[in-house]
Formats: sequence, structure tokens, C-alpha cells
Amino acid sequence: MIFEYAPAPESRSVVQLRETYDLFVDGEFTPARSGEYLTSLNPADEEELARVAVAGEADVDRAVAAARRAQETVWGRMSGAERGKYLFRIARIIQERSRELAVLESMDNGKPIKETRDVDIPLVAAYFFYYAGWADKLAHAGFGPNPKPLGVAAQIIPWNFPLLMLAWKIAPALATGNTVVLKPAETTPLTALVFAEICQEADLPPGVVNILTGAGETGRALVEHPGTDKVAFTGSTDVGRQIARAVAGTDKRLTLELGGKGANIVYDDAALDQAVEGVVSGIFFNQGHVCCAGSRLLVQESIAEEFLPRLKARIAKLRLGDPLDKNTDIGAINSAAQLERIRELTDTADEEGVERWSPDCDLPESGYWFAPTLLTGVSQAHRVAREEIFGPVLSVLTFRTPEEAVAKANNTPYGLSAGVWTEKGSRMLWTAERLRAGVIWSNTFNKFDPTSPFGGYKESGYGREGGRHGLEAYLG
Amino acid sequence: MSHTATAPEATTNHALRAYLYGLPGVDEVGARSRAQDLSTRSIKTTAKALAIDLAISMVDLTTLEGADTPGKVRSLCAKAALPDPADRTVPKVGAVCVYPDMVATAVEALRGTGIGVASVATAFPSGRAHLDVKLADTRRAVADGASEIDMVIDRGAFLSGDYLKVHEEIVAVKEACGQAHLKVILETGELVTYDNVRRVSHLAMRAGADFIKTSTGKVAPAATLPVTLIMLEAVRDHHAATGRRVGVKPAGGIRNTKDAIRNLVLVNETAGPEWLTPDLFRIGASSLLNDLLMQRTRLSTGTYPGPDYYTQD
Repeated sequence: MIFEYAPAPESRSVVQLRETYDLFVDGEFTPARSGEYLTSLNPADEEELARVAVAGEADVDRAVAAARRAQETVWGRMSGAERGKYLFRIARIIQERSRELAVLESMDNGKPIKETRDVDIPLVAAYFFYYAGWADKLAHAGFGPNPKPLGVAAQIIPWNFPLLMLAWKIAPALATGNTVVLKPAETTPLTALVFAEICQEADLPPGVVNILTGAGETGRALVEHPGTDKVAFTGSTDVGRQIARAVAGTDKRLTLELGGKGANIVYDDAALDQAVEGVVSGIFFNQGHVCCAGSRLLVQESIAEEFLPRLKARIAKLRLGDPLDKNTDIGAINSAAQLERIRELTDTADEEGVERWSPDCDLPESGYWFAPTLLTGVSQAHRVAREEIFGPVLSVLTFRTPEEAVAKANNTPYGLSAGVWTEKGSRMLWTAERLRAGVIWSNTFNKFDPTSPFGGYKESGYGREGGRHGLEAYLG
Repeated sequence: MSHTATAPEATTNHALRAYLYGLPGVDEVGARSRAQDLSTRSIKTTAKALAIDLAISMVDLTTLEGADTPGKVRSLCAKAALPDPADRTVPKVGAVCVYPDMVATAVEALRGTGIGVASVATAFPSGRAHLDVKLADTRRAVADGASEIDMVIDRGAFLSGDYLKVHEEIVAVKEACGQAHLKVILETGELVTYDNVRRVSHLAMRAGADFIKTSTGKVAPAATLPVTLIMLEAVRDHHAATGRRVGVKPAGGIRNTKDAIRNLVLVNETAGPEWLTPDLFRIGASSLLNDLLMQRTRLSTGTYPGPDYYTQD
């Protein structure tokens, strides 16, 4: 019998979008000096959601000055316990408005409501709760008896987890007594602007959090502004390099969380059904727009023939479509530009003779969509095995021995994440010890928690976010 | 597929052990998380209507109490044949499930309805009796007209590593069943680990089970979603290896429509839509039926009738 799930869309009525959003500077929404606006689209249907101001150099000046003033006169002087109260309040408001935030994030980003509802927004609140708890305990964090804030932090976040990346940046910065100027991504600014409203609702002192929207030029102006003490960036390795150059020779502290080409190693003694699940969520979670995605499957050759049909059968069950439908597993690609990049890279795989497979899958007519894709017969030499695709495309490679698995997993300029699937504890530990990656998941993948540090090796960046370690990036 | 290929002839306990321990393991955290993930599927409107009718047709309406009487069994049979006197479009249930000494009563009460009688047997629920007693129990139930036998495995033998004994008992009971279908109750609540659930599922299928069933309903936990998930994976793999489809029956603890629909989603996305038939999926329950009926009325009329509008049998 065919059991069709009827559409189960989450209501959009919880979201009250304004037509136009201005910059959030010094506690107020104020127009950009330039008078320029960009439009944020819903990538699932290309509907225009709102116009958003584009900040220029003059706006960056204003925001940095407001942040400095707030840091020196209010926030930096406030006791940790008092700062903690504000952060707890923000965390609670996020929970209260979680449905609204989940729906808006799904509309602006294209990711399924199931993920924003069950992953993104609960984690956002969890990060604020977690760092709220640190605010009055910094003397016991292991960074000296009286650690000091750095001052003003310039923070630039990507479009793949818009509000979650905001939380990763703002929560530790505020807990440690810093103030921030944050630039959300050009294609996903809306939840950051609702977060600005939440700061107002929480009576956060003006200037502690400033949100500047815009595109790459705004980001460049913010990074190059001489008035900040710290730059924190999450995004592509290319932009990360530019930022490292711009910051070089200044006194600014820098943390970079960049790209990845994570390996998911499946040994022949793995729990197969759960490994299949982990491989699927490792690459198809958030349409593969995940810097720590397990985009390379390394499966032991002795079980590859059994594993791949299971994997394909599972991929064929993924439900692609309306991100607001509660039963959707795969949503829209975030932008036309990203879709183009995914297409270009997978096309090179075709040219290089890699075998490509996707399940029968109707793509919606409007919006940006890419079917889940499996590339088999991939070797280390192929471009798709080396470059980050940042989309729902999994490259499958095989290995014969644990040594070969580790060698192939490490044979990448990146080093952000890896997964190891085996039922044998000693093999797990042996492998994990040898993998050069910041995060290694054992018999699971893409699990995040505020208590756990996150960050990369090599070209995946430096510095750690999350956990006690994440405080260090904001303390002098 | 190497892991799920047909087992070698089960001549020795050693060979059976090698087969069962060659099956891929189950990661407990991962299995739980998959079951949890599937339980968030949102089944609404037309899909819900379809799921409710399907679930009703899969209910093995059950009474397994020491206090069962012919009167109790007859009224349960009346309920099975006409679940909702106010609405004749309600499908009939899958079967009525009773103790062996109530089979004749149930068969008589259900005559002409097309509903079969399932009988528990083999010293249900503990299974602690000699094989000849278990076989006599089974034969008598079949002779009295049971079309389905729900046997219990010897959990003690399984836990002590005597897989051959478990296997041989199932083979013997299957033979005693004749034309009756055999459901093998694994009592997963006593086997505890998910690795055991997978192994015992394959053992039972290999010995000839037509259905594998989670529980007697007398031991907690009974039919949890992760256990049903693992059993559905097992029947899927068995089909891939042998071409034979074995049914699955979660029993115990499925009390409302939401639970039932979660089970159907699990079937749909694990074993596949081929299993969405009473021939391959049953739900052992008693109070579930009235909740399904209430939700059914609510969906078609928009109002929520009180429980007193449904018969308690």
C-alpha cells in the first residue's frame, strides 16, 4: 500500500516580517548612511521576504564607536553575575519565541523546519544558557585569576546556520565582557535582526550588540576597521585567507572557522544500519551546507558492495521539498550562487569519469534545488574528493586497512571533522588518535553541544568555539 | 548481501552462533535516535484517515487475563466484528487473540465474520514447560480452530547461549501449527540488548516464523519504537536475502492513535510500503482500538465524541 504523507506545513503566521529592516546600532534600528538596501529571498520559491539595509564604512564607524562606548562605560564594568542575568534573559526569550525563529530561519535559509525546530533554535538557546552560566565564573575557567575582556569584537557569520552561528559568536563574547559588531550573511540576515529585537526586549544596554547587515564590502569594512580588538569569522577558506591578511600586523586577535572535507570512515565491523544513518545525516543534514559535513565516505572495501545498496535505499527515502513542511528532510539550496557552485563541481566529476547517482526525486519548479547525490568510483585525485562542495553531494571512496583509511582521511588540506564507525573500541581509539581533525565523532555524526569545543586543523581554521575553550578567544 | 545471506543448515549450536554473531551489530544510541526522528513525522488529514483505517485492520484485539471468561471473550469478538456500532464503514480488525482454552469460544463467536482467531500457546507467557507440553498446547489450539499461533521462545535458552534449542522449538511448533500461521514472540524486554533483538529476529525467521512479535505484554518494556525498528530492519534484510517476507507484530504499550501511526511510519520508511498490510504487520492491543475509533470520528465529523460513545468490551 502506498502511504502518502499529506502536506503538513508549519504556519507562517507566527512570523511578522517588516518590509524593511535597518541597521541595529547602539540599541536602535537606524537607516544606513548609504541608503542602499539588499533583498533577502526565500530560496525555496524566490519570494522576496524583506529589504535589508547595506552598511557602509560610516555605519561601521558608528557601530564600532557605540560598541566601544558600551564596553568601556557599561558592559566591561558590570559584574559577571549581572551580565549573566542578561544572557539568561536572552536565552529565555529565544525559547519563548522559538517557533517564530524556527519558521523565519527556515524561510530565509531554505532549511527544513524539522531542523530549525529540533536542532538550530534549541541549540541557540542552549549556547546562551551555557555561556550565561560562565559569566560569573571566569576566574575559575583556567585563564588566570582575573581574566579581562578584549574589548570590541568584529564578528562575521555564514548563511548555513544563521542564528546558531550568531549564538556561537555573541554568547561567549558577551559572557566575557566584550561588546560586538556582528555582520550576518547577505542571504540570511533576518533572524539576526529579530535577535536585535530580542536584545531590546531583554533591555540589553545600547551598544553591547550591534548588527550590521550587508554583503562582502560591509564585511571587509568591518574587518579592516582599526577600532576593534578581535575578529571572529566563520565562512569559506578563501575569505578566511583574506581576513588573515587584513588582520596580520595589527594587535587584533583572530579566530577562523573555515571549510572542511570531512571523512566518514566505516569499518567492516560497523553497526551497518546506524552507520548508514550517520553517513546520510553527515552529508544531507542542512542540504550539506555544513562546514563539518562528512562529505567523503571512506568505506572498507570488503563491505562496500553491501553498504552502498543500503545507503542508496536510505537516500531514496529522503523527502525533498517545501522547507516548512514538517516531513521535509531536504530543503532548498541557500542561493543561486551556491547552486551554481554545486553544479559546477559535480559537473567536473562527470567529466572526470566519476559515477553519479541520485534517487528519483521531483525538484520544485521555482527556487534553488539540488537532488541528493552519490558519487562513486571517486579517488583522491578527483576534484570532488578534494574541494569542499558545500551541498548534498557525497563522494564515496574505499580503503583496505585502517592505516589506509587514516592516510586517506588525513590527505586533505582541511581538518575540521571526521567520523569513525566501528563496534570495536580499540580500533575506534586507534583511529581517532591518528586523525588530524578538530572534531571526531564516534558512531555518530553532526552532533553539537555548547559544552564541547569546536574548530579545525590546517586550512579549516584556528581557535576554538564552544565549551570552556571557547572563552579563551575572548579573554586577554 | 553477505551479512544477511541464508544461514547454513542449523545442525549445530556452533554454526548457529557463528551465523548470529556474524550479523552486523546495532548501535543503541543510533537506533534510538532513528526511531525518535521517525516519530516526529507529522501525519495529517487524508494521510491520517488512511493510517487510522489501516491501523484498525491491523489490530489483534487481545484479551489475555487469568480472569477471562467465555462471556468476556464473546463480547470482545462482537467488538472485533463491529468495532463502532454507529459507523458501519469501520474496517474489521486483524484477529482476536486469546488463551488456548478460549479458542473454541472465540471461533464460535466469530463464525461468519471472516475474522481469524489467534491463540497464544507454548506455555504463554513464560514458556517454561517441556516441549511436549508446548506442542500439545499448540495442537489443541489449532484443533479448536485457531488460524494463528503466537508462541513464546525459550528466553532462558537464548540467554544461556543454547540457540539450537530455541531454533528447534520454533521448528517443532511450526510443524505442529500445520496450516495455522506462526507468530514468534521474542519477549525483547527480557533479552534487553538491541544486538539480542536483531539476533533473535534472524534466528526466529530462519526457523520458519511467519511473524516475529515483540512481547507478551506481560513484561515491561514491551513494544518500544527502537525494538520495532530493529525487527523491521531484520525482516527487510531477510527478504533481501531470501525473497521471503516475514511479518512484524509489536504488542504491549501501544495505547493511542499517535503510537499506532508512529509504528506505521516506521514500517513505511524501514521495511517499506509492502509491509503495510495486515498480512505483514499487526498490532497487539486492547485499549488502542477505541482511541482509533474516536480519532476516526473526530477526523470525519470534526467533533470529539466522549469515550462513553464507544463500547467497552
